[in-house]
Formats: sequence, C-alpha cells, structure tokens
Amino acid sequence: MPDTSITEGAYNYAYLDEQTKRMIRRAILKAVAVPGYQVPFGGREMPLPYGWGTGGIQVTAAIIGRDDTLKVIDQGADDTTNAVSIRRFFAHVADVATTTRTEEATIIQTRHRVPETPLKGGQILVFQVPIPEPLRMLEPRETETRTLHALSEYGVMQVSLYESIARHGRISKSYNYPVQVNGRYIMSPSPIPKFDNPKLDRSPALQLYGAGREKRIYAVPPYTPVKSLDFDDHPFEIERWNECCAFCGSTESFLDEMIVDDAGKRLFVCSDTDYCEGRR
Amino acid sequence: MSGTLSSLSPGLADPSHDAQQLFREVLDAFSHPGRIVTLADAPQGPGMISPAATAYLLTLADRDTPLWLAPSFNTPEVRDYLRFHTGTPIIEDRAAATFAVLSHDDADPFEGFASGTDTYPDRSATLLIEVPALGTGPVRTGRGPGIKGETQLAIAGLDDWFWRQCATNHALFPCGVDLIFTTGSQLLALPRSISVEVSPCTSR
Repeated sequence: MPDTSITEGAYNYAYLDEQTKRMIRRAILKAVAVPGYQVPFGGREMPLPYGWGTGGIQVTAAIIGRDDTLKVIDQGADDTTNAVSIRRFFAHVADVATTTRTEEATIIQTRHRVPETPLKGGQILVFQVPIPEPLRMLEPRETETRTLHALSEYGVMQVSLYESIARHGRISKSYNYPVQVNGRYIMSPSPIPKFDNPKLDRSPALQLYGAGREKRIYAVPPYTPVKSLDFDDHPFEIERWNECCAFCGSTESFLDEMIVDDAGKRLFVCSDTDYCEGRR
Repeated sequence: MSGTLSSLSPGLADPSHDAQQLFREVLDAFSHPGRIVTLADAPQGPGMISPAATAYLLTLADRDTPLWLAPSFNTPEVRDYLRFHTGTPIIEDRAAATFAVLSHDDADPFEGFASGTDTYPDRSATLLIEVPALGTGPVRTGRGPGIKGETQLAIAGLDDWFWRQCATNHALFPCGVDLIFTTGSQLLALPRSISVEVSPCTSR
C-alpha cells in the first residue's frame, strides 16, 4: 500500500518556500503602500486548481503564523467544500487554530462575501479574486488597462454604468461592483455582492486581495475610503429583501433564496452561517 | 572576505517562524502609518545598523533585492553579515536599489532612488532611515490610508528640509519611495500614500 499521507517535514511551514514568501510579502507591502493598485507577483502553482482560491491561499500562506486563528468562508458559509478544504489545508501545513467565529479569527480568508459581524482592528481579511482588473470586460488589453490606471482615466467605467442605466433604468451590476480606493485607483472588490461594498469603506481591518491565475495582489489599508461608483442622480444602493431569514429572523443580513419543495416554495436564509447561528 | 564565519553574529534563530512574526509586525506598521512598532525578537546583528533595520532586512531582503548602504553603514561587518544571512547584492548605484539603509543626517536621502513609473509604481525603492529616537522631537500631523482621521508623529533628528522632500515624495503618488524609520528595535513606517505636514505643531 502506498503511503499517501503527507510526511511530517515534507513541506516547508505554510507550504510555500521562504523565498516565495519573501517575494509575496514584499508585494503585500507595496500593495498596502499604493492602495488599490494591482501589484504583479510570481504566483506559484498550488495544490488546487485556479478558481479555487490559489491567490488567496498564497497571500494567507505568506502572512500566517502559529499564533493565528484562521476562518475560511465560501459565499458566507464555513461548511462548504472550498472553505472546508482550505481550512484543513492550513490546519495541516501551518499548524494553526481554526474557527468559524468571525470575532475569534485573526485571519479570515473569503470567497465572495464579507462577514456580517463588523470586523475589528488587527484582523486581516484575505479575498480570493478571479479577475483583479475592474476594466477587463471593457478593455481586454493589459497594456491599455495599465495605461488607463496610470492616467486615472476611468471614463470608460462611468460610461458602462451609464449604459446600464440607459438600458435598465438603474445600475444593474449586483456583484463585483467597482469601487474607487482613496479617490485614486478603481478596484474590483472581487465578486462580493454589492451589499458588502459599504463594509469595505473605512474598515478597521486590513484587506488583502490575491488573484492566483492573474498573479496580482492588491490591498486596502484600515480606515481607507472605498467609494462605490455612482451618479448624483443614481446614487449607489444595496439590495433589500421583503423577507427575513427563516432561521434567525434577521432583516439586516444578505439572504440566499432557496427552493424547498417541488411546488416552488421559497425560503430565505442568511448567507453568513456564523452570523445566523450566533443569532439563533 | 574580511571576516571569518566564526566572527559573524547570528541571524534569525528560527528563520521561518521569526521571519513570519517580524513580517506581521512590519505589516502592522505599514498598515498603520505613524504607529511605533517594537520588534521584540529583532536580532542584535552586526552593530552599526539598528536591530530593527537588521530584522527588516533579514525578513524581506534576498538575492532579488539589491541593497544600497550609506557610507556610514557600508562597513565590512555589515556587508559580510547581510551577504551571509540574506544573500542580498550590495550595490553602489542608488537607482538599482530595492532597499537602502540611510542615516537621518545623510544629505539628499531621496535623491537617485527609483520611485517607480506611472504604469508600475511598485518598481520603487524602500528606504530604511536610522534615526536617534521615535516618539520624541517635533510633532507633525500625518494623514492618509491606514490612519483614522489624522495621527501625530514625532521622529527625532530630521529637519524641515527633510519633511519638504517627504512632501514632494508624497506628491508623486502613486509613484514615490516608501519610508521606514528605525531606532533600536523600534520601527515606524510612512508609505508614500501618507501626507505629513512640513511645519511641526509642537515640540515634545
């Protein structure tokens, strides 16, 4: 029988080698110094496919230590496949404590949500980012988008939002809603629902964003203004529901819609499982 | 080589974990500009440069990060120590440096270092500036990302001319160099994103 278990000491602490961690750490410091700017880094091959959080994992691996408590969420839930496997990965290779409680975590790696529980100073939120370039769907050439960022020439983004209003009567973008960081760089907040955008603004926690396939790291330091783009006559608005959570009764949180029987009966529940369980 | 292996002072006792711990302290300083962060586990190093600057370089410098040393720190002890423990190339050309160690009274501390380009502002240098003390001296007001409202910061040994250069550096944003002030095992970071008022409010 081949032994498929990872032998003790077979990998460096936190999986990445020290040289790679230093390179990523330098990129993180640049990202913090230039909020919203996408710093290129030498992304490594990780033991999971692109799209499963390779960028977020590399950022977490570069910052995590034995004193940390890690929480991992996937669309708000601690118990989905992606969240469970990443949490187990770090419990194994970095020997860290893990938790599902937002307030106990020192590092929270997230795919596509910001926890409902307000974050505190000293916490680090690590986002998994599929497409870091907010202008990519409007301008496919990297050389061009880089120039647009350099010149702070963001008219094309405003035009796309205007076209959405002209066509639908409102800005129809409901996730990955573009933001401007500290009045300078336009940034993709990763595919979080726009419901979460206000939580990014002046958050006391440090926000780090990692894109593994595109090999980019960017950051928002604590207390940094993060403005969702809008127009004076079409101000930014977040989603509201007429229903409340079927489990905890919350009217404040982001709700997932579930169809529970063949007759099409609908139920709304909190997307953030930790928040919901804490209220029951 | 001027020294022998036995005369080198030790680097990080537990390289992986110590570097991680030190990096988090540096990250804390970068994400809270003006905050004085104490690096508890900073090694003594070769002397001449502070334990904080030594710890920073042991944590972040390697063969990919050319280092420029001000003449007062460019001694055989410092060079041997950093080359042995980090493998960093020590260079004469300021423009090629990723990191630099300067003294608070060096003339033209910003001159000649890479400040990045409009398209790649990350291709810039980080300057470690050794100062006599942190938390004493004229108090200035700093504002920017990482600071809630505004913060008061006091760094000894820097004149108004330095702070005018610092304001010019901030005006280059998103280009510019990032500054780290070190003394003993303490460190304070001022990324280029931070504006610091040139005239002090008071003396402490």
